[in-house]
Amino acid sequence: MPFYSEKVMEHFQNPRNVGEIKDADGVGEVGNPVCGDMMTFYIKVKDDKIEDVKFKTFGCGAAIAVSSMVSEMAKGKTIDDVKKITNDMVAKELGGLPSHKMHCSNLGADALHKAIDAYLEKKGK
Amino acid sequence: MKQVYLDNQSNTQVDRRVIDEMLPYLDENYGNAQSMHSLGAKSKDALEKARMQAADLIGANINEVYFTSCGSESNNLAVKGVAEAYKQKGKHIVVSGIEHFSVLYAAKRLSQGGFEVTYLPVDKYGAVSLDDLKKSLKDNTILVSIQHANTEIGTIQSIGEISKIIKERNILFHTDAVASVGLIPVNVNDLGVDLLTFSGSQFYGPKGAAALYVRKGVKVVPLIDGGIQEGGRRAGTENIPAIVGFGKACEIAKAEMEQNHGKLTHLRDRLIKELPGKIEYMYLNGHPEKRLPNNINFSVEFVEGEGMFLFLDQKGIYVTSGSACASRALKMSHVLTAINVDAAVGQGSILMSVSKYNKDDEIDYVLSEFPPIVQKLRDMSPLYSHFKKTGKRLEAGPGTDYEHNHK
Repeated sequence: MPFYSEKVMEHFQNPRNVGEIKDADGVGEVGNPVCGDMMTFYIKVKDDKIEDVKFKTFGCGAAIAVSSMVSEMAKGKTIDDVKKITNDMVAKELGGLPSHKMHCSNLGADALHKAIDAYLEKKGK
Repeated sequence: MKQVYLDNQSNTQVDRRVIDEMLPYLDENYGNAQSMHSLGAKSKDALEKARMQAADLIGANINEVYFTSCGSESNNLAVKGVAEAYKQKGKHIVVSGIEHFSVLYAAKRLSQGGFEVTYLPVDKYGAVSLDDLKKSLKDNTILVSIQHANTEIGTIQSIGEISKIIKERNILFHTDAVASVGLIPVNVNDLGVDLLTFSGSQFYGPKGAAALYVRKGVKVVPLIDGGIQEGGRRAGTENIPAIVGFGKACEIAKAEMEQNHGKLTHLRDRLIKELPGKIEYMYLNGHPEKRLPNNINFSVEFVEGEGMFLFLDQKGIYVTSGSACASRALKMSHVLTAINVDAAVGQGSILMSVSKYNKDDEIDYVLSEFPPIVQKLRDMSPLYSHFKKTGKRLEAGPGTDYEHNHK
């Protein structure tokens, strides 16, 4: 059996929403290069919905697939709905991840939530 | 799809001539080498022929070579077997910090049983310092185990000089030569070692057979007790087909060493010289000259190793990585850590090793497929975009949060 599920490999090879948003409404980052995984998420918000989302990820196949998947899950959804997305839901959507990758690489939802928090903080000011 | 196998430090393709030599011992010559009848004698003869071939490759006497199942077993037998045999004399052993895990963990096991273990540091190329070695030796030191060459970064140790220091103190010296035997000339007398590990699967032999050279007069307590096989040093029915293959691989390695060495060096040097011309910010790990002829190890900055090897795998190029993500233990390779590779840069390590079966057009293929893969991953990498925008590398530390960089 291959190391990763077909869906993980598909997202890893053709990641969706890679890039940056210059005038992002919120930016969120998790991880660090020493651990081998780092994700930066950029969001554009309109009418409380995630109008656009982009990411850049340094990391293993799982980290890249997770970033791609969570970006797809979030796009067009309301902020409240996106806040309900958990890392486990992303892994499930990908057809599962190897157990030892669940903690280190499966941080996409966290990064996205951080971007939302940054947006909400900015808006509150 | 094209397949380019560059994982030869993990295992090599078995030479067809080796397979042909083995087949009769899987088929009609199935006797147990310890049986007294004629069929048993055929296996016994094959076993002793293989022993001669193996001894011949390393300049040993035939009765100094003991067959085992793999390099890890030989290393365990050397380290634990000597420790057990000489514990009355002393309980201190010395190993380098970049040994194979089968030496490191055997030493660790001993330390749990009351032995003291000194782990020698290495320099940025992976070489053990002779001064550090001298200082580490004590009156109760019974064994030093330092590898001949490092599988991962290819660095070859100055075993001859190391041996002189150890011999002055009348201490036993084991070297794990799994990475070097069969590729470069290895002679136990020139090296001045008392025990030496080598394995056929590193030079076109089958898995399942390796050996430990034990100089005459050196005592080793067996790991496996039982019958009289291997002079009582390793009980258990001998794996004749694998051992026959190992022997044949030794014979071929000796006969063809010079031509293979030239070929490997040529292929290795093409990758080492040409890749950095095509990929910016990549750094060679290991010694530039004192290096195994098959080893190529680079750190590619701003990308992570597993991502690279997965994409290479999709192109039929089989390599490995020393990054944390690529290991099941999720730790960066202990060798890269020991040679002080930056923890972030080391995540982008990529290890390739060539064999006599690789060809120039395969190297061309790697040279054309690899750079776009790195570019694709860099285009995705926040570390790379930060570097491109600011000319600075992100400072990293556990739990570091970079949000402030984007405000």
